[in-house]
Amino acid sequence: MDLKAVIEELKKKFADQVLSTGEHAGQPFAHVRRDRIVDILRWLRDVAGFDLLADLCGVDYLNQGMPERFCVVYNLTCVKESVRFRVKAFVPETDAVIDSVAALWKSAPWAEREAFDMYGIRFRGHPDLKRILLPEGYRGFPLRKDYPLIGEGERQNFPRYTRDAHGTSH
Amino acid sequence: MEPLTRTPLEVEEETTGDLGARHMVVNFGPQHPATHGTLRNIIELDGEKILKLDSEIGFLHSGFEKISEYRSYNQSVVVSDRMNYLSPLNNNIALAQAVEEMMGIQVTPRCAAIRVVLAELSRIADHIIVVGLQGMDLGAFSVMLWTFIEREKLYDIFENVTGARLTTSYTRIGGLMRDVPKDFEEMIRAVMGRLESTVREVEYMLDENPIFVNRTRGVGALSAQESISFGLTGPILRAAGVPYDIRKVRPYLGYEQYEFEVPTEKEGDCYARYRVRCREMIQSLKIIDQALKKMPSGPVGVSDPRIVIPVKNEENRPSGGMEGLIYHFKNFMHGHGVRPPKGEVYVPTEAPNGELGYYLISDGTERPYRWRVRGPSFYNYQAFARLCEGHMLSDTVAILSSLNIIAGELDR
Repeated sequence: MDLKAVIEELKKKFADQVLSTGEHAGQPFAHVRRDRIVDILRWLRDVAGFDLLADLCGVDYLNQGMPERFCVVYNLTCVKESVRFRVKAFVPETDAVIDSVAALWKSAPWAEREAFDMYGIRFRGHPDLKRILLPEGYRGFPLRKDYPLIGEGERQNFPRYTRDAHGTSH
Repeated sequence: MEPLTRTPLEVEEETTGDLGARHMVVNFGPQHPATHGTLRNIIELDGEKILKLDSEIGFLHSGFEKISEYRSYNQSVVVSDRMNYLSPLNNNIALAQAVEEMMGIQVTPRCAAIRVVLAELSRIADHIIVVGLQGMDLGAFSVMLWTFIEREKLYDIFENVTGARLTTSYTRIGGLMRDVPKDFEEMIRAVMGRLESTVREVEYMLDENPIFVNRTRGVGALSAQESISFGLTGPILRAAGVPYDIRKVRPYLGYEQYEFEVPTEKEGDCYARYRVRCREMIQSLKIIDQALKKMPSGPVGVSDPRIVIPVKNEENRPSGGMEGLIYHFKNFMHGHGVRPPKGEVYVPTEAPNGELGYYLISDGTERPYRWRVRGPSFYNYQAFARLCEGHMLSDTVAILSSLNIIAGELDR
């Protein structure tokens, strides 16, 4: 696979979607809009041959001068030729929704649930979007940059079972 | 398989058929000896056949990714070895590798060779336990006892080298915590022969054992294409016939210098996974032998004093006099230390369970802006419901132990 040609082709085919492309430490990446993310990734999977979605995760670019606050990162791999490529789709804070790629890769559903769990990014068309690592009913999205390391009082306000009714305290 | 959204009582009421037969909902875990970790599965059964399986994870969630955003790169090495409690050294090495690639550092040949030896020993320690537990879960208890003896010998080596059996924290960015002890080679050579004979013994016990074979062959099988779609990597993907090993296809630490094969099997079932693990251990021993034979001499840290932490002398002070003290101070002072340039990398390494990748984003400061780890167990466990489809309840145990799910890495 000629990765440079693939990136050129991607830029041509999705001219209005690709914001920029670049490379750091020898690893190429493309910044894209969220609108046609499923089409872009389907093209990369079926035509370009990136058959393994190695990882999907969210990033919070709060005040970092990026196009939007949130970003969903797709680390793609071509197993046969071991070529790697990264697609980053930007998601605005006010309407943090992006289309789910669960139909393309079976590895996506849990990873998308984790991105939802940690950043509050919702995935349209996800088969079962709910929290995965944190308990149901948890408030807040802990990997956001404006979420404090110590938490928002969950530890202090944890419900405790006491023996007050029997005259002894915990 | 669609997730289970009804309560057990609702399911039982709905499924009462003509004969009064009911589907039963069984809660498997989170505290169950066969889950080898805090995993919970809610299984809907028709007799003993699995109809639906819904996995619930997150019991061991520790917020490692959030914690590491507030730690320097060297401090987050400590976080990395809490993640996989069967092979912590592989996690240390993967993190150091990721930061070094981001900064464009080349570790010294001696450091690379030591890391390779320890990574392979750690891989053996992981695989040998998985094979033993796979035997134990299917009734071959003695296999587990034999393999635990060997793991203990390996842990003695780790303790000698790193100072800890489990929480090794041995790597530093651009080097190692310290050089290995003088009797490093003898120590490992003394164990290697035993290890090989134990692997052979386990193979002799299990390979044609009718109980073991009946309970693993054809159980939890997955095609190569579907395995890739599920993001399965490592021994599980190789058991399905895909010779994908990051040590071969994207060599790091000089793995291209060593001669070794990538064992694959065709079937993709629990038995194939067991076979791949056994054969991999023999290959790892080969790599260790080659690495020990041509172990280079020299320093273990890179020469740049702004990156590497100065070695301490006999008085437990940084060596190099006043200058060493200043470098040591600057290495740990707020706003100094290891500061990779702005940018991001995703660096995959071959951990015993599969692709262990670190996705790091640096904003140019001494703390990572984003510290994401792609634990192989997270993706491997996602396929568990699919693998159990149409099998018996007792097969879940066989499948689970063949996947080797590490809860620390799964929940992070």
